[in-house]
Amino acid sequence: MSAAVAGPLAAPAARDEARISPAAHLRHIGALTRRNLMRIKADPESMFDALLMPIIFTVLFVYVFGGALSGSQHGYIQYLVPGLLGQTGINLAMAVGTGLNTDFSSGVMDRFRTLPIGRASVLIAKLVAETCRGLVSFVILIGFAMLLGLEVKTGPLEVVAAVALSLVFGSSMVWVSMLLGMSLRSAQAVQGVAMLVIMPLQFGSSTFASPSTMPGWLQAFTKVNPLSALADACRSLFNGGPLAHPVLMVLAWSIGITVVTAPLAVARFRKRT
Amino acid sequence: MTSTDTAPASKGLAVEVHGIVKHYGATKALDGVDLQVRQGTVLGVLGPNGAGKTTLVRVLSTLIKPDAGSATVAGYDVLRQPKQLRRAIGLTGQYASVDELLSGYENLYLIGRLLDLPRKQAKARATELLERFSLTEAAGRPARTYSGGMRRRLDLAASMIGRPRVLYLDEPTTGLDPRTRNEVWHEVQGMVADGATVLLTTQYMEEAEQLADELTVIDRGRVIASGGIAQLKAKVGGQTLQVRPGRADQLPEMVRCLTEAGVPGAAADPSEGLLSVPVTGEEQLTAVVGVLGTRGFAIASIDTRLPSLDEVFLAITGRRSTPDPADRAVAESRPGHGSQDEDQDGHRNKNQAESKNEKEYAA
Repeated sequence: MSAAVAGPLAAPAARDEARISPAAHLRHIGALTRRNLMRIKADPESMFDALLMPIIFTVLFVYVFGGALSGSQHGYIQYLVPGLLGQTGINLAMAVGTGLNTDFSSGVMDRFRTLPIGRASVLIAKLVAETCRGLVSFVILIGFAMLLGLEVKTGPLEVVAAVALSLVFGSSMVWVSMLLGMSLRSAQAVQGVAMLVIMPLQFGSSTFASPSTMPGWLQAFTKVNPLSALADACRSLFNGGPLAHPVLMVLAWSIGITVVTAPLAVARFRKRT
Repeated sequence: MTSTDTAPASKGLAVEVHGIVKHYGATKALDGVDLQVRQGTVLGVLGPNGAGKTTLVRVLSTLIKPDAGSATVAGYDVLRQPKQLRRAIGLTGQYASVDELLSGYENLYLIGRLLDLPRKQAKARATELLERFSLTEAAGRPARTYSGGMRRRLDLAASMIGRPRVLYLDEPTTGLDPRTRNEVWHEVQGMVADGATVLLTTQYMEEAEQLADELTVIDRGRVIASGGIAQLKAKVGGQTLQVRPGRADQLPEMVRCLTEAGVPGAAADPSEGLLSVPVTGEEQLTAVVGVLGTRGFAIASIDTRLPSLDEVFLAITGRRSTPDPADRAVAESRPGHGSQDEDQDGHRNKNQAESKNEKEYAA
């Protein structure tokens, strides 16, 4: 019956049409990641946040608060910049949900959802593209801060490790963000809620100032805040210092967040109309 | 998997729908729909805004789960075999679902890859379809720079990549100008000539007549009539003859003369200055013109047209197709409802209202 419609390329492998092989999953994720990267290429302005945010934050905090917080800009840059990795990561991650929310209003998602691909593929491809964005952002952050006087007191491997750890945590937050993006109605709502999540985590942490001057209840919060752990870990990776505890804590948080939110996000993707 | 997974469509039916029900809260988007599409034919699903057309297409393309009823497409069960079913279908929605930022070529190539075509073949297929849909020149441009008609053609091309056995066209020409609409019709006719089975939803009788072999009329989630175009037209009185008299004040007199001469149904529309007479055949047409001529009425223009959806509805249901005020209020209270797309089952607008009610596809 499909004789006329079927040309030289007959439908691929009709043997077990329901099954998608791991290789096929990878191909789908690859094709969708390519789409996401091409979208960035087609709309370079969408990279502004990733490119400029690290520069703006570094300049603002180093020159506005540096003197007051640690007596010198130079001293503060060593304290602040490693923590900014996590801060930048979570900011980029939380923006993903807004984009995804918009995607759903365009009809493209309907197309994807009527294709015989795994349901997680679209989201995983999004995650991969965002990780690339994060990587670019981190390279800019570190490069710019080094121009301003940041010293790496350890070695290149430790810097790579700090970037990798920040990407791991950022990825877990991308799942949170995607879940929000698909759960809330409008893109504005997503943005609003994302801010509510980000602000307390960012400022109630050791990222900008040492928690030692904070009141007890806030110190208690900073102790469990994964962004504190990430900032502490990255500081140790740049400046030397205790590593095991903060690194383990970041990894535990990242895994925990991903394990909880990734399946929820995939489920929402299936249900969302 | 059992052998039914690859069972061919039974009895030459490409689409079989039995008692499909889908409710959104108190709104019955689909209230027990039955329909069938024979292989290689076009079924037109005719209905006004909010009749449930889009909801039906979304059920049949596995985007939403029905609350009750069953449906098979290309031999696959909508509920039990969604993955196999997705391989067999193509969908072109009311809103072009192409990636605005990507070029026409990249859009098609992406879908080819997602349909597991090897790179080379995905490339060849994209090029071939761009050519066929007259988009070759625009192939490298981002889709956002396309005109409405080009976008719709790209959307059609996208749904053709996998050589689907069944194509859903959900109001493929809504919002297009007449010339672009003709282009789209031409493409659809080409697809049908290639052997595709098509389920087409439309609000336009003219579109249904152009493209469909059979018609199903739905209203408020129910099938209210179905059959061949000719059957349905017989039911609603075929064509309408519209006469514009040379002198508008003669309208009442013309109606009287025609009625006296035994021509039924003549009606004057003073606001438009038109006389309309339903006609079922040539003899009647001649008779009307004859009567008016012998009585010496001046005729400024004369035209025949198909009954509008509204008239079809009036004939079948005894009421107009426009939703009553209560329905409209519900539709308009939905978030994100634009004035142009108040289709209560328009997919863009019911995102939020529906998502809570939708059962998950364990796909």
